[in-house]
Amino acid sequence: MPHDHADHDHLSPSGHPYRKDQDAPLTHWQQMEIALRELLIDKGVTTAGEIQNQINAMDSRSPANGAAVVARAWTDPAFKAALLADASAATREMGFDIGPMNLIAVENTQAAHNMIVCTLCSCYPRNLLGLPPDWYKSRAYRARTVKEPRAVLAEFGVTLPDGMTVRVHDSTADMRYIVLPARPKGTEGMDADGLAALVTRDSMIGTGLPLAP
Amino acid sequence: MTQTPLPPGHRWHDMGGTAAGPVPDDQHDFALWEKRVDALMVLCATKGHFTVDGLRRVLEDMGAEAFETMTYYERWIVSVSQNLIEAGVITQSELADKMQQVAARGPTYGEATA
Repeated sequence: MPHDHADHDHLSPSGHPYRKDQDAPLTHWQQMEIALRELLIDKGVTTAGEIQNQINAMDSRSPANGAAVVARAWTDPAFKAALLADASAATREMGFDIGPMNLIAVENTQAAHNMIVCTLCSCYPRNLLGLPPDWYKSRAYRARTVKEPRAVLAEFGVTLPDGMTVRVHDSTADMRYIVLPARPKGTEGMDADGLAALVTRDSMIGTGLPLAP
Repeated sequence: MTQTPLPPGHRWHDMGGTAAGPVPDDQHDFALWEKRVDALMVLCATKGHFTVDGLRRVLEDMGAEAFETMTYYERWIVSVSQNLIEAGVITQSELADKMQQVAARGPTYGEATA
């Protein structure tokens, strides 16, 4: 499974491997980034503060935003209808700054499961969920998801009933998708905050299912 | 890397449906320089210097070998730079001169970042 790590003796308290320090010798491409950034600042195209603010804005976006959207859709039928009609407007109405992103929500039901991919590049609902996981941008995910989605799902530990339809949505820069997962059984009576904790990033990409309560 | 021949009319980046191995499970946290590349792309596009289509066009023209040998934001910094040169925001020689200055500052990212 993509998020299991075989070597459990070298995991941090967060459950992930310790990261290497990023103090390797400067690469040609890092030199290019520094040089381009300084040129743009020198020319007044942007400022250091504007760049940092943009980084902060991107860092503040995370799957928790999407989880709040999903949990509200599970508990507020009018909001769910609005989300499925126009996900950009509905998420903005919740207060999320998604910029110019055109977002479409696709609903999982007992009959159909949805997955999102970008076969041509790496389009992802980043202005809501933050930057995509590395595997989303990989050749393997891009190539195989539209051809053998169930095999890809199996690698993520997801096995769907045989009769369930799998719909794969190929994103573009101008049309990005988020999966509205099906509300798990046994969550009757839970409030939106409790439900949001069950909504994983992968469940909104379609490579996972929400956690059980 | 061995790849399935693409159907006629498909360029290398049009990889949906081609054969490939398991989905990789490695994940890295974005380094500061990568976040800065991302920010420069968003800011320059927002300011109208180029579009996401321009970003993609250069990425696609870089070809399959670049996709396999360079990291995601390494490819992005090349594309952002190329788009800004084409837009007349910077020149190739300005970028080359500045890169030489940066290289002279020191061997690590911290030392080379003014």
